[in-house]
Amino acid sequence: MNATRVDLEKVRIPALLLIILLLLIALPFGRPGYTVVLVYTIVMYIILTMSWVLFSAPTGYLSLAPAAFFGVGIYTSAILGMTFPLSVVICVAGLASACLALLVGALTLRLRGIYFAFFTFGLVELIKHFVLWYELTFTGTRGRFLIPVDNNTIYYVTLAILVALLLTTYLIRRSKYGLALQSIGEDEEAAAHTGIHVTLLKVITFAISAVFMGAAGAIWAIRLTYIDPYIAFDINNSFMPVLMAIFGGMGQLYGPILGAAVFSYLREILITRFSYYYMLLIGIILLVAILYLPNGLAGLIQTWRKKAWGGQHANT
Amino acid sequence: MITFLNVVIAGLLLGGLYALIAMGLSMQYGVARVANFSHGEFIMLGGLTTWTLYTAFGVNPLVSLAVCGPLTFILGYIIHRTLFKRLFVSSASPDIFESNSVLASFALLFIIQNIASIAWGPEIRGYSYLRVPVNLAGAVFGANRLVTLGFAVVIGLAFYLFVTRTRMGKAIRAAAQDPATAGLMGVNIDLVLALCFGFGAALAGIAGMLISLCYPVHVIMGQEYTIIALIVVVLGGLGSIPGSFIGGFVLGIIGSVVTHIDPGLSLVAYYLIFVLLLLVRPTGIMGR
Repeated sequence: MNATRVDLEKVRIPALLLIILLLLIALPFGRPGYTVVLVYTIVMYIILTMSWVLFSAPTGYLSLAPAAFFGVGIYTSAILGMTFPLSVVICVAGLASACLALLVGALTLRLRGIYFAFFTFGLVELIKHFVLWYELTFTGTRGRFLIPVDNNTIYYVTLAILVALLLTTYLIRRSKYGLALQSIGEDEEAAAHTGIHVTLLKVITFAISAVFMGAAGAIWAIRLTYIDPYIAFDINNSFMPVLMAIFGGMGQLYGPILGAAVFSYLREILITRFSYYYMLLIGIILLVAILYLPNGLAGLIQTWRKKAWGGQHANT
Repeated sequence: MITFLNVVIAGLLLGGLYALIAMGLSMQYGVARVANFSHGEFIMLGGLTTWTLYTAFGVNPLVSLAVCGPLTFILGYIIHRTLFKRLFVSSASPDIFESNSVLASFALLFIIQNIASIAWGPEIRGYSYLRVPVNLAGAVFGANRLVTLGFAVVIGLAFYLFVTRTRMGKAIRAAAQDPATAGLMGVNIDLVLALCFGFGAALAGIAGMLISLCYPVHVIMGQEYTIIALIVVVLGGLGSIPGSFIGGFVLGIIGSVVTHIDPGLSLVAYYLIFVLLLLVRPTGIMGR
């Protein structure tokens, strides 16, 4: 009985994912215009959230660096976008972010706990002020313009980055490398004693997660068309992935995706309908989620499923 | 020589503010274990309240100390009692509480900032009070900035004496070391933690009032001060009140020197110090 159920699940989930992917690919043909923009905004937040989860969920490090990597991607796009094709720009943006992550990670991933959160929080401000100082002193301008690209291109590129990210996450999770990461999160000391090169592993994972944030930033920059250091290195881009992941629940792989999708959709609606109160409303939703949904939306669904199953068993 | 003196005194003036802000965060993080990323918002509240009282009702900014301090204290106390207390109870381990409280403080940041922007709007506010030049050993400073330093030092010392010399201070120090054991020894732990969070908020509110004397204030000013507070607290040693006090002045002088060279780089310099410190001596100046 149980074996067939497991087999069914094995086929069901990839099939479901494939259908969702096909639907997403077909979307611009059916519903062009605003829907496409809305969906790639949501996909962009899913990318940020999932790449944050890639590093922070298994290792337990609270990273507030996403805005830094995202901003590096944005600036790469602004500097190279005029001369190079889009695919090159996105790859370079990913690499640039990864280099920053390698540097920062090698310096700081020995730090434990809250120090790391402090450090990464400050990193965003450091880069923002440095870029602002550089632009004002050397280029004499505050912001930069980008050449706009049509929405469908942005949409497909964003979607491609998401697919690459999800595949990477999946492969890491099922490899021994993912297992080693998990063990670091549970007990770093013990992991080191079993022969895992703890710091190296953390730094590499940090860099991999930065690749996707940088790539997402590069494509997002084109949507923005005008950027300055305050837009590119907005600290909210660090808070949002963390909050979306928690909102969705990190116990399940689908939790952060669900959290990012629901939360970013909610955010779009709140911004357009209640632009004066939207931060207030977001704050309240978060407080409620932190207090009453400790396992996030995924935890809620899990409880419901358990209840439903329990009911069926009681009937038979 | 005059420029050197100028820079150092300017650094001390700045350092007094930093010390006060950092002591507040040190109370909240060192004792109540809340790494409060919304610390700067309480500073903003203090500054804007002072501005409103002065421009609308003509209340002397130094008198509004008696409003800003208690107001932010009550706010902090209530927030701890309602929000962080609940999180403290529901979190399985201190580590989980720490990350949960960071998230809750983001939410607070959003809420406070949004309410303030509804109340005060996005304009940059400033007023002129005690802007008279004072000659100090050849260097000229505004009287308002000297008053700021005086207040910061007096409040900082009073607070230090409170923590080291009184019965309540002893309870606070016990709670900082081990909340569970302190509770077993008869310390009313809920009260002490909420008081500490409240004191932290009050110090931020008072710092905000002092900041409004010297600099323009606005709704999104908080974040910059939050970062400075975090840096100073790490510089002084997490949870050490004298450490935060000294660290504030150290950072103030460094900031003043760098500002003298290139004003655009002062935050960059703070941050580089922060990085070096975390790498070389993460326990800070006075850390255990």
